[in-house]
Amino acid sequence: MPESREISIGDVESQAATLQSEKMTLNVGPSHPTTHGVLRLLVELEGDIMTKVTPVIGYLHRGDEKIAENMTYNQFVPYTDRLDYLGPLANNVAYAIAVEKLAGIEVPARCQAIRVICTELARISSHLLGLGVFGMDTGAWTPFMYCFTEREKLMDLFEELTGARFTNSYTRIGGVTRDIPEGWTGRVIEALNSMQRTLKEVDTLLTRNRIFYDRCVGVGIIAKEDAISYGLTGPNLRGSGIPLDLRKDKPYSGYENYDFDVPVGKTGDCYDRFLVRMEEVHQSIRIVMQAIEKLPDGPWYAEDAKKIFAPPKDKVLTSMEELIQNFMIVTQGPQIPAGEVYFEAENPKGALGFYVVSRGGGVPYRLKIRAPSFCNLSILPKILPGLMLTDVTTVLGSLDFVMGECDR
Amino acid sequence: MNLKETFAFLEERPAKDCPAYNCPAGHLVNLMQALRDQHGYSMLVDMTAVDEGPGQTPRFIAVYHLFNLESFEYLRIASACEGDESAPEIPTVSHIWAGADWHERECYDMFGIRFKGHPDLRRILMWDEYPYYPLRKEFPLAGFDMDFQAADVAERTGVRIQPAPMAGGPFVSGDEGPMSEKEPRAKDQSWREQHKKPGGSGPA
Repeated sequence: MPESREISIGDVESQAATLQSEKMTLNVGPSHPTTHGVLRLLVELEGDIMTKVTPVIGYLHRGDEKIAENMTYNQFVPYTDRLDYLGPLANNVAYAIAVEKLAGIEVPARCQAIRVICTELARISSHLLGLGVFGMDTGAWTPFMYCFTEREKLMDLFEELTGARFTNSYTRIGGVTRDIPEGWTGRVIEALNSMQRTLKEVDTLLTRNRIFYDRCVGVGIIAKEDAISYGLTGPNLRGSGIPLDLRKDKPYSGYENYDFDVPVGKTGDCYDRFLVRMEEVHQSIRIVMQAIEKLPDGPWYAEDAKKIFAPPKDKVLTSMEELIQNFMIVTQGPQIPAGEVYFEAENPKGALGFYVVSRGGGVPYRLKIRAPSFCNLSILPKILPGLMLTDVTTVLGSLDFVMGECDR
Repeated sequence: MNLKETFAFLEERPAKDCPAYNCPAGHLVNLMQALRDQHGYSMLVDMTAVDEGPGQTPRFIAVYHLFNLESFEYLRIASACEGDESAPEIPTVSHIWAGADWHERECYDMFGIRFKGHPDLRRILMWDEYPYYPLRKEFPLAGFDMDFQAADVAERTGVRIQPAPMAGGPFVSGDEGPMSEKEPRAKDQSWREQHKKPGGSGPA
């Protein structure tokens, strides 16, 4: 029988230098279920602890900014769907407002209200998915199915409004593609009421769930200074306790007419970001309800913008002037005066910015997309080192990013 | 508040949406540091560049958008890059805002602008071996025909990087010229009947 030998802690300590192992480099992604897309992380590990993280992005780069320089303003709308493809309506609206700002046109109140409803519904649908997959990343499967069921109802409403479930392409420069259908607002209210019941259940399933709580609290803390320095926006910035919300602080599209609160976190950990998103869904429901209640009548596109918004179809088919106008807008694009503009909208993932440079005509000279997910992910090398490898899923889930937007 | 009074080297830049200034590249770092520390512009929300077109001087303009967290105002600072058209240069601000790191890497990737003092200036969206700067104006929309970056894979499979087929558009009609030239077509000049497709080969 071989002689057994007990190793005391003292022995280990004295042999620490020889026992020390090499650091290991682990490649996570680009195709990995917890990366929510094609994000690749090069992780340097010492045991289970990460010592260095290098994100590798660009796997979904499609050259959207180059493409934008080669087409008219309205032709680019479908490309904005594919930025943050979990809330395309919000991207459509942000892009439309940016170009309208450059053109100096103001859309009528009804159009603004429709856009607010669309943006908030997009936010709800994006946050529902974000919350659901966050639960799934930390091991809770059920809330995800609950959230997805509710999200599906929104998809049906989007389809009824825009004709497409995901790639809505609903806005045009100077308005939207069509007015809201009859009875649609009633169905929105119905869907939101049923959603509030489900949210309560999700809340019971996740918020005080011991496993979820333990995995999130104190993990991935983002300090206020870091959040600002890295240019974080949206729920991730507010999770760190900075109450910046462009809907409140730099209102656009009539957001100043609605009453809502801006939830902020305290410590900036994953749990705070979860709570902020959870509350934001409730606040968005509040805004949609108000917007539907006060929905103004009147035109739903800028009627005076003759060289920008195509005239209604019935007039195109009956009147010469409108026919020419339609032809010019379709072939040459909406005529936007020379100049430059930067506009940011508070999107589900953060501030989506468009920097548009025009030299006149129907095609942008340069269009830069400021993607919130891009900035939000740039903080990973700062917050991940020191955490365990298993925390990667938690932190990524809590940041709620979309690679289509990050890589553009 | 007029920043020109504090910083004499600034030159006003026409803009309708927010205050905008042109800044010489030499003063850029000091200006940014002062704007962040003394004027409340604590966030760099966006950083990008604009290509004025081949042969223009200055050709590349770096554009910074700052955000003031107290007054909720935006500020645009534009700065012309120094140096030759093929290797434009501008100082980095990544030590002032950590977020500038990735923005500057993207600018380098897309325009080939060298950020002096940047700690890790690598491509970020394109792959490391990629030889072109896609957002430069002379780069065709379809891209170029070129070798696949992994030689062993290319040898085994014969795969190449090909220009994008553009038979489906996007089509735009031009603003000027005779009617015959204004028929909607791909805006990228290299795709007109008179011009060969970029790279020469690729899908017919």
